[in-house]
Amino acid sequence: MTINEIQDEIIEEFALFDDWADKYEYIIDMGKKLKGLPEDQKTEDNIIKGCQSRVWLNAHKDGENLVFEADSEAVIVKGLVSMLIRVLSGHSPKEIAESELYFIDQIGMSQHLAQTRSNGLVSMVKQMKNYAIAYQLV
Amino acid sequence: MTLTEIVDIQKIRADFPVLDQEINGKKLVYFDNAATTQKPIAVINALKHYYEFDNANIHRGIHTLAERATRDFEATREAVRKFLGAASTEEIIFTSGTTNGINLVASTYGRKFIKEGDEIIISGLEHHSNIVPWQMLCEEKGITLKVIPVNDRGELDMEVYDQLLSEKVKLVSVNHVSNALGTINPIKEIIAKAHAVGAVVMIDGAQATSHLDIDVQDLDADFYAFSAHKLYGPTGVGALYGKKALLEAMPPYMGGGEMIKEVTFEKTTYNELPYKFEAGTPNIADVVALKAALEYMDSIGRDKIAAHEDMLLQYATEQLLQIEGLRMIGEAKNKVSVASFVIEGIHPQDIGVLLDNLGVAVRTGHHCTQPLMKRFNILGTTRASFAVYNTIEEVDRLIAGLHRVKKMLA
Ligand SMILES: Cc1ncc(COP(=O)(O)O)c(C=O)c1O
Repeated sequence: MTINEIQDEIIEEFALFDDWADKYEYIIDMGKKLKGLPEDQKTEDNIIKGCQSRVWLNAHKDGENLVFEADSEAVIVKGLVSMLIRVLSGHSPKEIAESELYFIDQIGMSQHLAQTRSNGLVSMVKQMKNYAIAYQLV
Repeated sequence: MTLTEIVDIQKIRADFPVLDQEINGKKLVYFDNAATTQKPIAVINALKHYYEFDNANIHRGIHTLAERATRDFEATREAVRKFLGAASTEEIIFTSGTTNGINLVASTYGRKFIKEGDEIIISGLEHHSNIVPWQMLCEEKGITLKVIPVNDRGELDMEVYDQLLSEKVKLVSVNHVSNALGTINPIKEIIAKAHAVGAVVMIDGAQATSHLDIDVQDLDADFYAFSAHKLYGPTGVGALYGKKALLEAMPPYMGGGEMIKEVTFEKTTYNELPYKFEAGTPNIADVVALKAALEYMDSIGRDKIAAHEDMLLQYATEQLLQIEGLRMIGEAKNKVSVASFVIEGIHPQDIGVLLDNLGVAVRTGHHCTQPLMKRFNILGTTRASFAVYNTIEEVDRLIAGLHRVKKMLA
């Protein structure tokens, strides 16, 4: 599936919920299911500092594609991180670098990407793209 | 618990237009009062009135508007003097807030009178605003910074304070009330002991002024700083109290208009107190509105406000402690209406996000007190802080919300 097909799929999943709590329970569930990172990979190098909760991000090449792994100490952020990975991980650096993320807005979670949340998500998206741009060059 | 009405809560709530709104379809519960309080209509009207009728630059013009603006500006100075129990309006300097007041003292008194090899004492309860200015000064001048530790209840360890005091200590700067935990510090004792070794004392009053009666002369404080926005007043304005003799000995903070007597290219002589420390056009409108905030508090009665908040704190603490896995952070014997807590296995940010969806505004995180969080070995807390317009029903909403949050995250 392309990045946009996955985004559309997530938007469809969220269309089933009419209550905020159902949405959040789904996100919390995804957060809990995300494998995360082993402790020894939660390094200062991998950290994306938010004011309130930390996010760790790791990237490596698998053939032609870029694979992301990430973790966070707050479960809602982790759920959002999990969706970002589902959307972006396993695609070519070019696709990732050129992608436009619209699903977060569409599922009504854009406030989590606002600066004020300072949860590291904004920086995480930026960092994922930076990895993609860097891997495009090599 | 039987609850007697200490204040006319419905009337008070009607004074705060912002409270009458829904968040995510639920009536707003505002429990982030330690960050900033909401503003009563009297304060909003004072701002509006100033701009609609009186706006002019102060201390300069001889026209009617300038006179009116100057009169109202100076009337607030008198109101603040009375509020703090200061001897004279010369001792009241308008600032942009607590942070500004502390920096002023560090940059002027600190730079001039504290030298290499001297020591400054702060405490483990401090807000970053009362840590960083002193660190900067210490780094610049080769001064040593010492810290009064905090015990498990969130109180200052006064025995260690006694041990830290010596002739080397030139300044002690502590908060009157801790913003993260609500602890009321024994500042009268702290001040007396510091004076005994010849040190001056700066008090960060940011969290105290909305809850406690302040009397700087009785406390014998040398400097006392606060922010208007934490006591129902506007943002961007505050005041610094300083003893006259100290202020006179201090060099000015910023240079500019208003703070001078005479300027020639050879030499400038400085204006007298308090104008020496008020360079440039001040935040006139907000200073004027600060008076309305002080009057508003007086109209309810400061003792009644405190009693109402204490009642809320007591009720909230009892209810919170019944939540399984919840631990209060900060259980000082003397504290203001701040309930800071952690819930086992749950990140504070998750609590904050979900409570917001339930219409309950709390603060989560380190509250600009990272060293304190480290002391308790936690990432941060969830903090509910209560003001005069909060109600028992709202506390119930918080408690019900926390049960819901726990279930959602389980
Ligand atoms: C104890 C304490 N000190 C200082 C400050 C800084 O106040 P302001 O940001 O208004 O300068 C605060 C505000 O959060 C505070 O709670």
